[in-house]
Amino acid sequence: MLIPGIGLIIAFMLVPFFYSLWLSTHVEIVGSSIPVRSVGLEFYRHLFDDPIFRGVFLKSLQNNAIFALIVVPLQTGLAMFLAILVNRSGAFVKFCRTTFFLPVVFPMVLTSLIWKAILAPGPDGMLNAILHAVTFGHFTPQYWLGNVHLALPSIILLSIWQGTGFQMVIFLAGLQGIPSSHYEAALIDGANRWQLFRDVTFPGLRNTTIFVVMVTTIFSLRVFDQIYLLTQGGPLNSTSSVMYLAVSQAYEANNVGQGAAISVVLCFIILLMSLIQRQVLKERVD
Amino acid sequence: MVLFLFPVYYLILGSFETPAQTLNGLQGAVPSSLTMQNYHTLSQTFFSAQITGSLKGFYTVSTLVSLLVVVGGLIVNSLAGYGLARLKFKGRRLLLLLVIVLVIIPFEAIAVPLYYMLSGLRNTLIVQALPFIGSAFSIYLFYTFFLNLPPQLEEAARIDGAGPWRTFLQIILPNAKPAFASVAILSFIQIWSSYLWPLMMTSQPNVYPLSIAIGNLVKQQSTPNYGEMFAFGVLLVVPMAIFFIVFQRWFIRSVASLAVKG
Repeated sequence: MLIPGIGLIIAFMLVPFFYSLWLSTHVEIVGSSIPVRSVGLEFYRHLFDDPIFRGVFLKSLQNNAIFALIVVPLQTGLAMFLAILVNRSGAFVKFCRTTFFLPVVFPMVLTSLIWKAILAPGPDGMLNAILHAVTFGHFTPQYWLGNVHLALPSIILLSIWQGTGFQMVIFLAGLQGIPSSHYEAALIDGANRWQLFRDVTFPGLRNTTIFVVMVTTIFSLRVFDQIYLLTQGGPLNSTSSVMYLAVSQAYEANNVGQGAAISVVLCFIILLMSLIQRQVLKERVD
Repeated sequence: MVLFLFPVYYLILGSFETPAQTLNGLQGAVPSSLTMQNYHTLSQTFFSAQITGSLKGFYTVSTLVSLLVVVGGLIVNSLAGYGLARLKFKGRRLLLLLVIVLVIIPFEAIAVPLYYMLSGLRNTLIVQALPFIGSAFSIYLFYTFFLNLPPQLEEAARIDGAGPWRTFLQIILPNAKPAFASVAILSFIQIWSSYLWPLMMTSQPNVYPLSIAIGNLVKQQSTPNYGEMFAFGVLLVVPMAIFFIVFQRWFIRSVASLAVKG
């Protein structure tokens, strides 16, 4: 009964994980007669020692960290705010709920396409035109995806647009789990709206929040599609991510071992993060 | 509200306009002289198998791959989830631990080794679905659902002498619709949107799914024809959007069910 399902996840998840450990410690030149040889931890050393490669890798790690540090709190906060806003009945509220969730069914390819148009450079680009209008002409049109300082924030902006609805729904489920008697008790004590949020809603959403933070953190570490499609890691690696680097090494530069080594590092970072967050969750519950 | 809706509006509007109208500052947000030209051009390429592939081909690939993943996934993952929740056997705890660890590891982190493992199957339909049919995450969702079903349901069947298979088919299946709906919806969103895996595994237009076909347009064109691309994008999202609006309650419930696993 268990064999098909468990067999498939072992074959296509567990085996690849161990295979990546092997790939990252061997040199294999595909389609050549040169025998495979073991290189030990050479590829891992590259990541931190190689004068050229080190810069790109650390920059990608840093980008992932910036992405996570901005997206996680902003998206979690926004999603919680929206969830509280639409946690009521009524036709208009229902329409709002649908609207906030709609981007979730938009594949990242399509999200990238729409935002590529919105972020188009020059005065004809939509975002440039809007900013020009609201500042009464004081805003100079920007090349959003081509500017070293603006490319990563632009990627972050469209990622938040696409991802927030998903978290909002998880928060909605969390809100429904708070017993209404808690609110009634607080109201009898004369609590105002802010106190209701601080003393009832926020503590009630504690576990949901930790879960959302965990999911969003992992999501931030795996970001790939929008970078590949919109900036290819540029300009000057300002939007390169760990995952983007792994794929471009393995797939485009044909450097299997290096790509595998980056994948292994990514796996361990994600496992470590999950362990830490699981620990935090446990402590809070106790 | 406006911030969330605007990009959707811009996409739909742009699909009925010429690129020059779409990229025209604030004027781009105002409907003027709408045209069906973009959809007309797309429909002309719908059946013509060109070197660049036909729209019909992309649709067929995406649909077949999604069907394989959703249907195949429902079968194997529900069985595994049920086995973990109800069967007693040696190593059950170990398998459960394995499933939980694999839930954490995202597909992206094993994409590179998987690419080398399966490179012999490049440019086939089956390889686009294969890694996603068995899913640790779906198994876990089914597992928690079956664990919370009252055991009395199955006792009557056991007294009648039914084995685990018959119990599963006759007793569990009819009572597990919410779990099946959640898993189906979540895996459909995932596979219909997937980009990285088909990107690595396809190089011939006749096996491109929709996401790759449209991605190639996004990436390549230096002076993009937004009109046609937006029309293409509308066609990509329409099946999902219809699905979403019809099954909205299920959609939201299935995403919400994720929180249970926290």
